Amino acid sequence: MLRDVLGKTFRFLGYTVQYGCIAHCAFEYLGGIVVCSGPSMEPTIQNSDVVFSENLSRHFYCIRKGDIVIVKSPNDPKSNICKRVIGLEGDKVCTSNPSDFLKSHSYVPKGHVWLEGDNLRNSTDSRCYGPVPYGLIRGRICLKLWPLNDFGFLRASPNGHRFLDD
Amino acid sequence: MIMAQAQGLGKRYIKAFLKGFFVAVPVTVTFLDRVACVARVEGASMQPSLNPGGRQASDVVLLNHWSIRNYDVQRGDIVSLVSPRNPEQKIIKRVIALEGDIIKTIGYKKKYVKVPHGHIWVEGDHHGHSFDSNAFGPVSLGLLHARATHILWPPQRWQKLQPMLPPERKPLHREQE
Repeated sequence: MLRDVLGKTFRFLGYTVQYGCIAHCAFEYLGGIVVCSGPSMEPTIQNSDVVFSENLSRHFYCIRKGDIVIVKSPNDPKSNICKRVIGLEGDKVCTSNPSDFLKSHSYVPKGHVWLEGDNLRNSTDSRCYGPVPYGLIRGRICLKLWPLNDFGFLRASPNGHRFLDD
Repeated sequence: MIMAQAQGLGKRYIKAFLKGFFVAVPVTVTFLDRVACVARVEGASMQPSLNPGGRQASDVVLLNHWSIRNYDVQRGDIVSLVSPRNPEQKIIKRVIALEGDIIKTIGYKKKYVKVPHGHIWVEGDHHGHSFDSNAFGPVSLGLLHARATHILWPPQRWQKLQPMLPPERKPLHREQE
């Protein structure tokens, strides 16, 4: 009787470990479903939208300008933020706000990216905390899953003027 | 009759192999990503604590991911992190200051730095031969990869790495005692 219970418990633990490891490999190397919260990416991504984030691009270092990425917050490693890549290393970015009279520019340092939310008026992003190291990027959002009337690939940035071409 | 039996055995072996493969690979990968792995240390930036012999005898260290899963590091720990300048590279340095500490820098653009929230200040033990926070500033805790806990190779250098903060690098003001 006890042997039966022990046997069942060990089998259950074994399956939990095995499926947990498969889940880790799937999230880490393929992708996962993410629920976004907050207003900083409106209108592209609204509060409580469900998106699919693929994690292959960051492992192969092919994140591009204009991609929407999930990044570990530079000031709080336990939370994630979702922003758009405005500049890659070496790119020129505008560090001043649209409302400023005098515009200031700088170049994104090596190994970093410049992130901005699509909702420029209500977003704390690189304009606030500076360029973000590439190593903090967790994944690239490629598909919106919910709400269904907005299913599909994500739109391009509504702020085309923030992308400066050299 | 023998052929059929051999084919049956072959199929069973393949099935058993695939079953084992789909268990062993995810478990091993998860272990190496989340629990611990080993790595060879290159370079002279942590001399004399690591690699005192230079290129002839590189130390191999045990990297413990599990102990930093909540980003709990102490001053003096030797940690590996993703390089802020090159995300394809990992660097191994000593934690000198935590968030809130004010420290005096060696060759950084500002003489005194208060480490921002969610960041740490790392330095190599071999000042002047180390690409560390004195070059790239405070690093975000999110870049933390693992804590180096033991030297595994060469055998004469087997030891547990103790957190040791050089007295001349103590912060000027600690946020929490």
